[in-house]
Amino acid sequence: MSEPVSPAAHRLRHQLPLLVWLVLVWNLLWGTWSWANLISGAAVALGVTLLLPLPPVVGGSRVRPLPTLRFVGHFVADLVRSGALVAWQTVRPSGIDRSAIITVQLRTDSDLLLTILAESLTLVPGSMVIDLDRERRTISLHVLHVRDEADLERQRAAVLAEENRVVRAFGSPEEVAALDAAGGRTA
Amino acid sequence: MSALEMVRDAVAIVLLLLGTFLCLTAGLGLVRFPDVLTRMHAGTKPQVLGVLLIMVGAAIRLQGWSATWMLLLVAVFQMLTAPVSAHMISRVAYRRRHVRRDRLMVDELNSGGGVRDRVYQGDEPADAPPEQPGAALAKSREEDEAR
Repeated sequence: MSEPVSPAAHRLRHQLPLLVWLVLVWNLLWGTWSWANLISGAAVALGVTLLLPLPPVVGGSRVRPLPTLRFVGHFVADLVRSGALVAWQTVRPSGIDRSAIITVQLRTDSDLLLTILAESLTLVPGSMVIDLDRERRTISLHVLHVRDEADLERQRAAVLAEENRVVRAFGSPEEVAALDAAGGRTA
Repeated sequence: MSALEMVRDAVAIVLLLLGTFLCLTAGLGLVRFPDVLTRMHAGTKPQVLGVLLIMVGAAIRLQGWSATWMLLLVAVFQMLTAPVSAHMISRVAYRRRHVRRDRLMVDELNSGGGVRDRVYQGDEPADAPPEQPGAALAKSREEDEAR
């Protein structure tokens, strides 16, 4: 951006993904695609973003197709696996054993990426986010059903692998470089 | 009814039944699991997967795209909101000490702290006082000074 832009235009550019998403939701709710829906959706989206403004998402984010596909694939597989696993743990006679709360040192430093990571970690097997220390970049997870230390180590490795996939799918080049520098594996 | 329609219906029915079963286990987990944190696991994972399966089954069974879009939205918002609500509830539960410490193997979130609950089991009322008021007060003063 070499030329000076007015604050309103700058804000609009930041709000554009949100506007597109709101128009899409509006159209999906109507169920049919028409110009009337598109225009009324745009009007509603503008009204919502003007009346209820959200802080802009800082940090560049992009979507890389192949890593995103890998992230989504892993996510769906994990979702099915964790659903089946927890369902089995609720119905089996022995119930659940002990659980644990672990903290993991993360390597990313972006609000958006940490949000995606925390959301997806809660849905994958075993873990649920309890706390996220934004300054120290540690995430605390509750782990269901652990037997020994090896289980904890496996869970830690799974969190870091998930972080790896999220950053490679949605992170900016600097984020990926920082991950590589911190010893991110290419798993 | 053609063979294709029968296969389609059979797939839809299997998905719907599987989804309802998963939602049932989510409810079962709420009853059987010992404390808030473990119950939240049951309330998110089988629940979300169950809702997703029901949505897919209903999308196959229902005619017309307009219903499908609606089901897609339900699925997306389920996946976005369930982890957030589970996280909020479990965080509050942890901070209010609704944790069965006897069922925890390690608690790295609280490892350095001097104040440990020994009597509380995790099912106390939400406004239960600290188990050792003196020690808790000293710790909070310590933290204030360090700040």
